[in-house]
Parts: sequence; C-alpha cells; structure tokens
Amino acid sequence: MANFHTDALANSGNGTAHAKQEGAKSANTRGVAKIKAESVNVFYGENQAIKNVSVDIDERQVTAFIGPSGCGKSTFLRCINRMNDVIESCRIEGRILIDDNDIYAKGVDPVILRSHIGMVFQKPNPFPKSIYENVAYGPKIHGRTRNKSELDSVVEQSLRRAGLWDEVKDRLAQPGTGLSGGQQQRLCIARAIAVDPEVILMDEPCSALDPIATARVEELIDELRQNFTIVIVTHSMQQAARVSQKTAFFHLGHLVEEGPTDRIFTNPEDKRTQDYITGRFG
Amino acid sequence: MTVLTLTGLILVIALLGYAMGVARSRSALQAGSVLHSRPQYSGAFVAFLFALPAVCLMLAWVAIDEGIIRSLTIASLPSDVTEGIDRRQAGALIREVFQVISGRTFGEPEPYMRDAAAYYVEAQGWSRTLMYVSCLALGALCAGWGFSRIAPEFRARNKVEAIVSGLLVLASCIAILTTVGIIGALVFESWAFFTLVPVNEFLFGLNWEPQIPIREDQIAGAGAFGAVPVFWGTIFIALISMMVALPIGLFSAIYLAEFASPRVRTIVKPVLEILAGIPTIVYGFFAVLTVAPALRRYGEMVGLDVAANSALAAGGVMGIMIIPFISSLSDDAITAVPRSLRDASLAMGATRAETVSRVLLPAALPGIVGGVLLAVSRAIGETMIVVMAAGLIARLTLNPFEGVTTVTVQIVTLLIGDSSFDNPKTLAAFGLGLVLFISTLGLNVFALNIVKKYRERYD
Repeated sequence: MANFHTDALANSGNGTAHAKQEGAKSANTRGVAKIKAESVNVFYGENQAIKNVSVDIDERQVTAFIGPSGCGKSTFLRCINRMNDVIESCRIEGRILIDDNDIYAKGVDPVILRSHIGMVFQKPNPFPKSIYENVAYGPKIHGRTRNKSELDSVVEQSLRRAGLWDEVKDRLAQPGTGLSGGQQQRLCIARAIAVDPEVILMDEPCSALDPIATARVEELIDELRQNFTIVIVTHSMQQAARVSQKTAFFHLGHLVEEGPTDRIFTNPEDKRTQDYITGRFG
Repeated sequence: MTVLTLTGLILVIALLGYAMGVARSRSALQAGSVLHSRPQYSGAFVAFLFALPAVCLMLAWVAIDEGIIRSLTIASLPSDVTEGIDRRQAGALIREVFQVISGRTFGEPEPYMRDAAAYYVEAQGWSRTLMYVSCLALGALCAGWGFSRIAPEFRARNKVEAIVSGLLVLASCIAILTTVGIIGALVFESWAFFTLVPVNEFLFGLNWEPQIPIREDQIAGAGAFGAVPVFWGTIFIALISMMVALPIGLFSAIYLAEFASPRVRTIVKPVLEILAGIPTIVYGFFAVLTVAPALRRYGEMVGLDVAANSALAAGGVMGIMIIPFISSLSDDAITAVPRSLRDASLAMGATRAETVSRVLLPAALPGIVGGVLLAVSRAIGETMIVVMAAGLIARLTLNPFEGVTTVTVQIVTLLIGDSSFDNPKTLAAFGLGLVLFISTLGLNVFALNIVKKYRERYD
C-alpha cells in the first residue's frame, strides 16, 4: 500500500474523455490540498456532532475517514457538499475551502457547489428510471450537453469509467433498479462522474455489497483516483488500508489523528487510534 | 319467552360449562398427569360446544318457524275461504289474523278468524317452548360429549383455536355476503327494469325523460330511458371537479411534502383535512347559495348566460370537496419516496424543484394516480352536492354554464314520491344504480391495484 501513487501519474488521463479536465489542471497538483477544513464544528440542535475538526484532503488521492459508529465521519463528509443544509436543525461553524474558496461563504449556491462534488451513498440509490436516464440525469439538469449524441457519449464514457458499460450496454433502456446491488452502486458512481465533478464523496459505498462486488468497487475507486479527489467513509479498516493513501480517524466528533494510511495503520501516534485499529473497541 | 332470554340463558349455561370444563381438567391434573392444554382451553371447548349448536339451532328455528306457523294457520281456516288463493291473498288473510290478535278490528271479526287467531297464538307458544327445550337439549348433548372427552392428553387448545378461526372466517364472510346481497338486489331489480326497457336503448339512447304516469289518471309524457345524457352529466361534472381538484390538490401536496416547514405542515395539513370532514350537504348549500349566484352575476357581467344550476357550480364545489383526497394521498405517495432518492438528486446538484419534478413525482406517480382514481370514483358517486346544485334535466351539452343532471341525482328523483316497483320509472333507478356501482367498483379495484403495486416497490 506504499507509495504507488507517484508512478500512476504517467498514465493518468483516462483517454480523451478527460482531456479538458487534464488540461485545466496541472499534472503536478497531486498531493496538493484540494479541500481544507478549518476548525469545523457541527451542531444538531443542542448536540455537537463535530468538534473543531481541521483536516486537509489532497488532490487526486483517496482519503479515508474511519472511526466507530456515531463518531461524526459521515456528518463531516456531508459538510463538504453542504448536504447537511437540508437538515433543518443543523448548524455549521468554521470554514471549508475547496481550491481556496470558502464553500460556506455568503453567495455560494449549494446547488452549484453540489454539481462540482459527486456523492455516492451507503445504499445504492439509483432513480427508478432507465440505466441511461440515471446516468444522463446530471448532464441533463445542468445542461452540459448540446444534443443527443453528445449526451449518448457522456453516458457511455461514464459507464465505461465506472466499469459497467460491458455489462449494461445492451439494456440501457431497462430500469436501473433491476441491476444487482454491486452493479447498482457502480451505476450510482457512473451517475456521479457523469457531471465531471472535482471531488467524489463516498459514504460507506460498500457496506451493502457482497465481497465480490466490494472488490469490484474498490478496484474502481483506485482507478478513479487518477482523475478525481476521493473522500471515502468506511467502517472497514481493511478497506481503508486497501484503497486510501491518507486516513483520518474520528472519535466522538474529534479528529483524533490523520496521516498517510500506511503510517496510521503501522505506527499510530494516538492510543485511541491504536486501540481502534487493533480492534479493542468500535 | 323470547329469543333474547334464550340467548341469555345459553350464555349463562355456557359460562357454567366453562367452569365445569376447567374444574374437570384441573382435577385430571391433580391426578398427577401432564396436561396437553391449559385448563382454560378445556373449559372454552365445553362452552363452545354448548353455545354454538344451541345458537345455530335457535337462529334456524327463528328463521323458519314463522313461515310454518303462518301456513298452518292458513290451513286451519275453513276451506271455502282458502279455496284457490294466491300468495298475496294469503298474506292479506294473515294480516287480518294479526289484527284480530292485537284487537284492532273494525266491527266484529268472523268466528273462523277468531279461531285462527287463537290457533296462531297457541302454535306460536308451542313453537317457542319447543325451541327452548330443543336448543338447550342439543347444547347439553354436545357439551356433555365434549365434557366426557376432557382428559389430560386431550388437545383442547387445537380444537378451540380451530373453532375461533372458524368464527373469524364467519365474521369476514358476513361482510362479503352483505356485499353480494346488495349486488343481488341491485341486479334483480335491474333485471326487472331491463325486461321493460331494452338494455341497448338504456345504455345508448340519447333521450332521458323518465317522468311517465304511474297512475292511470296522471298526466305525463310517454317516457324515454336513454341514459347517455345522464352518464354524460356525471362524467362532465366529475371532469370539472377534477380540473379544480387535481392541480390544487397536487400542488398543495407537493408544497406540504417538500417545501413547507414542519411548523406550517402541522397547521396546514389538518386544516386541509377538515375539508374532508365537512358534510357534503353543507357543500351543497355553499354551491347553491354562494357559488351559483356568484357565477351567474359574473356571467352577466361578461355577457354569458349562466344557468342557476350550472354544471360549473356543482363541479367546482365538488372539486373543492375532493381536494383533501388528492392532496392527502399524493402527499403520502411523495413522502413515501425513500429519502435516499432525494439525497441522490440533491447531491447531483439538482434544485428542490428539479428533484420534485424529475425524481419524486415520477417515483410517486403510481400512488398519485391511485389517489386520483379513488377521488374520481368518489366524484362519480357523490350525491348531495349535485342533488342541490346540479339540474334535473338531462342535457347532452359541452357548455359548463348549462345545467346537466347526474346518475345520482336521477336515482334520487326517481325514487322520491309515489313509487310502485313494477313500472320502468322507478326501476330505472336500479338500472342507473347498477351502472354506477359497476363503474365505481371497477375504478376502485383499478386504483387500489395501482396503489398496491406501488407499495410493493419500496417495501
């Protein structure tokens, strides 16, 4: 799990689909902080769910949030695309910067913000529409394509990048809900990447999947790292070790420790981290 | 000596049987063996064995003894009175007998009538006594047999459970049989109607003038029973009501489900549902006294001739009545769409409005359609508003400012006043009722099926 992200630079740019994106971003941005959280506090009514969390999330790497249930890792994840705004009683303090822009600043439209940040949920949640319509949903509402053939190619590219194209290319008109659980989750990933987000947030994306489907999705996450900044919340420490380059350990709303994944798992600084990863609690 | 006292007696004895059964079962336990069922079950077994046959026999007795006594009474009359009489005349004779019994006679009754009355009273007394004795005897016999079977290894619980489940089935059968009975009555009377008026004339005729004479000396038209204008009136008013109710109901449902704050929702939703609790006759007042005159006045202002009982007034007010149906069922359907789909759409950068129109409404559509269909069948069957606000004359028109009539209005007017059940005017009501019943039943079955299918998808 060591330093294998440096040699991946050479063959990034997964074909032509991302020529535009590749051009816009320098190839050397990897390792630079894409998202910076500064003293973030989150309250649900009187309860404080997140306590003074500051963390940097590097560009085009996989950052894993681990920790026991109820530690606030999902809550923190949902702050990054302002999905907590939907919850009435939720209040957020502190700053979260993406590319040095505060996403909680006045004048930031969460709708536009979310169109730049994809999200994959715990349970596969394809819309009760056809496979094609599921992937085309984002491009359609944001008017990203000018005509049908352009939309067709975006759908195909997204499904290809999600590793689902070969399995569904003959039945794009069938409902997405008819796929297997693992396929549904990859469909949701395809739906998320169809709008070319800069960041993909994944909230326990494999917890509802069987081991084979999980392996498939993990492989996919590793491929997507070439083009996207990925934040993944997971319950499984093995998964964090397998897919992430950076790991942050949350406990009771605090960010206890963060750092390169291999260091966190081999040489944790904090006693609580050590207890958790060795299975003493959680 | 009435049926009521016998029922009470049976209940008391059944309780006694319960106690005896329990005691016997207990004593078997004291003998040191293991009971299969708890003593209460043995008691209940004995009680059921007493009460069920006794009650069944009693009900059967009550159902048939009156008829037998009556025919015996008729037979007891002198043969020159009963010679060649038909059922109706026999009924008249029995009524005469009853009058003699109750002493409400004009003048002195015939001696044979007085004999018949005495005979009737005596036979009835005998019948009651016999019923008491035989019911209790049958119960005692069955209970005694059950009592003798009580033993430690006797499976009383299984038997009692079988009996109870049988009673439950019986209870649900009664509801179904009542429905079947209603349909039967409707079909029977409709059949009588269709022997007088051909079915195709009724279903496809364009002229509806049912006011034919029901007495020899009445002055009335020749009558025509083409129900198409009546059906059209129903459909037309239902259409108008849906045009009012569908957008308002659906939009308020969307607002309540997706945009309203919890505080607003807790206030608005009950207020909206109050609309459903208003008696329809109050809506009728509203239509007749407020809406219709207002429409007429506004119509005059713009030079339109609006009838006092226009389809628009009736349909509009009916639409208001239906709003809570549509809004409540649509609200349920929208809120039943899983939260994960909302999240998925919002996380894609969709606005709330886009989420509603592109994800929630399509996903909730089956539920909404089901609700709308239920509302339509409600609109078709609605009576009071249209009786008060719609017209009586069957018109085949597309003009909402004219008066039309509906199936329900016609049924009411046909059955009001002098009616005899052997002429087409009265029987036409049953023909209309049958068509109404079949169409609303069909709509309901269809709607419930859609709602059910939709529920299966997300559970």
